[in-house]
Amino acid sequence: MSEPLLKGISMPEQLLLAKDPQPHSGPSGRPGAGKDRGTGSPSAARNRRVLLRAARTAGPWVVPVLVLVVWQWTAAVGILPPSILPAPEAVWRAGADLAATGELQFHILTSLRRILQGFALGAATGLILGFLVGMSKVTEILLDRSLQMVRTIPHLALVPLMIAWFGIGEEPKILLVALGTFFPIYLNTVTGIRGVDPKLLQLGRSYGLGRWRLVRDIAVPGAMPTILSGIRYSLGVAWMTLVIAETISASDGIGYLAQNARELLRTDQIVLAIVLYALAGLLADLLTRLIERRVLRWHPNYRPRANQ
Amino acid sequence: MAPELPSQGEPVTPARAGARLALEGLGRQYDGRWVLENLDLEIESGSFVSFLGPSGAGKSTLLRIVAGLEKPSAGTVGLQGEGPQPPMVRMMFQEDRMLPWRSVEDNVLLGVKGRRDEARALLEAVGLGDRGGAWPAELSGGQRQRVALARALLHHPELLLLDEPFGALDAITRIAMQQLLERLWLEQPRTVLLVTHDVEEALVLSDRVLVLADGSVGRDLRIDLPRGERRGHPRLVAWKEELLQGLLAPHSTAPADV
Repeated sequence: MSEPLLKGISMPEQLLLAKDPQPHSGPSGRPGAGKDRGTGSPSAARNRRVLLRAARTAGPWVVPVLVLVVWQWTAAVGILPPSILPAPEAVWRAGADLAATGELQFHILTSLRRILQGFALGAATGLILGFLVGMSKVTEILLDRSLQMVRTIPHLALVPLMIAWFGIGEEPKILLVALGTFFPIYLNTVTGIRGVDPKLLQLGRSYGLGRWRLVRDIAVPGAMPTILSGIRYSLGVAWMTLVIAETISASDGIGYLAQNARELLRTDQIVLAIVLYALAGLLADLLTRLIERRVLRWHPNYRPRANQ
Repeated sequence: MAPELPSQGEPVTPARAGARLALEGLGRQYDGRWVLENLDLEIESGSFVSFLGPSGAGKSTLLRIVAGLEKPSAGTVGLQGEGPQPPMVRMMFQEDRMLPWRSVEDNVLLGVKGRRDEARALLEAVGLGDRGGAWPAELSGGQRQRVALARALLHHPELLLLDEPFGALDAITRIAMQQLLERLWLEQPRTVLLVTHDVEEALVLSDRVLVLADGSVGRDLRIDLPRGERRGHPRLVAWKEELLQGLLAPHSTAPADV
């Protein structure tokens, strides 16, 4: 009878104890690590830990580097003809040549500007409409059904229409990117706000928060994890949309670079464009991860494991 | 405002400030079923009153109506503070209801501008002076409930409503919380209404214990034992036994009624 009671008492304390005393545990927080520390000398244990940490940092890069080496080697030996896939070194040279004339920077900046403009437009409208629909029954009844109907249209299906309307101007690209980013952000904002714990909203109301402060202090932060995952997803959609828009109709930008290179049979430049898109996507993902870590630092799931 | 004297012997509590509460003909129905019915009740300012009763007796409903979170279906709630304006009422819930994205200190400051020093002092008073910068997720259940208490107290409520605030805590933490609550109440005058399932908790903490049954007050018990000598006191044990019998009785006869 007394045993489960005792267990119940000690559990939270145990949890607290387990968390607090070693904030720098990092990789050594594994089951086996404690044993090693007991038997080996302190310096040996430290060496081990340094090695482990180095392996953690370097480990993920082993496969990409290996791929690069094999790729370079097969191209150099002649197994891989340059017309199919040029060597990494050739891609690098193509990039350096284009950078020397300033062309590369120009195309990258053009694409970046389009992403920023389109994303800003789509994210802003998505957030505003998402909040309106999530917070108020009236706007939900008025807007949600219509938006859900529009959502069933794949936004890329609008490419021909956009070109018919705007030609190869800036508008179709920015609008397409905006459309692609709008829906993930809108949907996640609505879901996020609906998912906010009603008990917390009740608490806020009974502690004298007005409507505006309820939104700012409870609804927005409560919906934030969902909204941020919507933003991360929509950034991926944004780049994908831009690739297609720029490949089909543009006179500048990374997509144009690839398209132009195809006409000139410059596979090295095509691969360069692909690499650039990949880097851009990676950067966007890193950026949102950084933002998540900062904004959601209260959330146990987003806290960095080692204290750095 | 006549000074109140305890019914017996030495003062149980000093003369106190706090809101005075008067319920008249209070009723609340859900889908045709009356959870509270024609309830008349007066609660003196500064008293510590506990509500006991079987589940569904309307204890929490009563508290939510007093807090203004629910509207009564019948009757009136009369609340009178010390000043001319309506008294400040704050409620503490069974769940701690921490905002996980705010630090402990900022949770205490919910709905309050400035007064950071006072919030720190209150955290100190509940024994968490060094945890103000922590996230709620880093605290234990008992610690979070203490933060919730500090949060309610920062508003200087003249009426503090506690809806089974320690129900989810383990036995030891619960006793520590009860002592903390009593100490803070003795230091700072206010009326307290406590809903609990724990008969002993009610008897140890209260000036008055009310048992709700079938939507109205079934038992109205004044506890005049000196505070601090209550735990284990023979009279308290006798009351506890009696109240438990009373609470158990309706359950054992209920099937026969149907």
